[in-house]
Amino acid sequence: MEHVKIVEARHVVKRFMGARVLDDVSIDIELGDKIAMMGPNGAGKTTFVRSMLGFYHIDDGEIRVEGYDPIKSRVEVLKNISFIPQLPPPVKLSVSELLGYVQRSADTPAQRVIGEAEAMELDIKRQMEKPFFKLSGGMKQKLLIAIALARKSKLFVFDEPTANLDPKARDHFYRLLFNIDYPHSTIFITHRVEEVEGLANRKIYMDLGKVVEDERI
Amino acid sequence: MKNFGLVAYLDIKESLRAKWFYVYAFVFGGLMGLFFISGITDSVVMGFTGLSRLLLVFIQVTIIILPIFILTTTVKSIAADRESNVLEYMLSFPISLKEYYWGKFIGRFATVFFPVIVALFIGVAWGLYKGGNQMPWAMITLYSALIFSICVVFLGIAFFISTLVKSHDVAIGLSFAVWIVLLAFIDVALIGLMMQNRMPDELIITIAMLNPLEAFRIGAIALFDPELTVIGPVAYYLLDTLGHAMLIVYAVIYPIVLGMLFAFFGYTAFKKRDLL
Repeated sequence: MEHVKIVEARHVVKRFMGARVLDDVSIDIELGDKIAMMGPNGAGKTTFVRSMLGFYHIDDGEIRVEGYDPIKSRVEVLKNISFIPQLPPPVKLSVSELLGYVQRSADTPAQRVIGEAEAMELDIKRQMEKPFFKLSGGMKQKLLIAIALARKSKLFVFDEPTANLDPKARDHFYRLLFNIDYPHSTIFITHRVEEVEGLANRKIYMDLGKVVEDERI
Repeated sequence: MKNFGLVAYLDIKESLRAKWFYVYAFVFGGLMGLFFISGITDSVVMGFTGLSRLLLVFIQVTIIILPIFILTTTVKSIAADRESNVLEYMLSFPISLKEYYWGKFIGRFATVFFPVIVALFIGVAWGLYKGGNQMPWAMITLYSALIFSICVVFLGIAFFISTLVKSHDVAIGLSFAVWIVLLAFIDVALIGLMMQNRMPDELIITIAMLNPLEAFRIGAIALFDPELTVIGPVAYYLLDTLGHAMLIVYAVIYPIVLGMLFAFFGYTAFKKRDLL
């Protein structure tokens, strides 16, 4: 199989208030990689992902996503990345408005999101006029997962995606990930490798802003 | 720019559901409506006497309340979006920062501008209904333009503060500081400077005219008091230097230019600095 690199990060340094939160981090992500990114709080996991998504300007080094710079070409970079935060943000838009935003900005038909939501046993059609933040924690997380999956991205970034899900919903989520039928990569930011056991084929352990372990599993 | 309109539209929809908008609309829609209604109905026609008293109240209330409302609500909602990770999620979609920033700016502008303008038109319509026999076009045009420009300048400052300062508390504190300083430099601080006699009067007048609140105030007064007698001897200097027409043009254009400059600096900071 040809090795297609989606992300190339070379000697990335990011400082906050003088502290090196990312300290010479180099990570390549190839199509097909299912990465469990682990490490204690403050290890630099989220900072790396945010730098990759173009939220942070790195101080040194280089990040390329499919050859694009996340700062200079954020639209190109984000076209093929689906991101799910750890906690659903309190978005004040109604569900239908949020789906409209997704549809227009990411060319993802609302109907496809509804279909993915139904696969997770979330009947979102009955909640369309409700503000997103008023949904229950589990419903919000399911909807965010449905949006991410419906976008059919090449790279999925999940920050503790199952934190708000009950065991049954977790099973649905894992099954949907298994069933993605096109080449893609996944980054699971997690504290427990058991959480993504069977889903990950690579483990990256970070600590104090450095990659201390990077191995295939 | 396909997402520009979408961001603006969604910001308007979001604002229309927010509590701050109802308080804002109540204060400016309700209060201003009441001022206009009571002022105009006191006059048999839409004459000078009833309107002039009313306009003075309108100016004072607008000078004090409008800036702080725009500053605090805008800064608060943007900072809250950042702190609660709403910004992170919404910007994880392929949308350019230009579309997002200026879409938000236009959306927010619509929500702060229209309640005041609607109140103005309701007042005028009520005045006509109660016996006014002609539409006060000059007043409507100038006041609409002045409200437009004061909304632009404070929205620009608010967006600038929001992108520069990430802490919610610091941003709110800074908004209050800006408001207090600008209010102080309408009268109190300027009088203090003049009494010290350490600066030339022209410099003090220039400082005053660089204050967008002062520009608004002078522009508003100039309509019903062309000689600017209300503001005292400084009026001679201003009218001699700029003339009546230029003074009004300045009062409208200067705050818009200043606001857009702040908004542009805010956009530059938004692009050049970390988003979160």
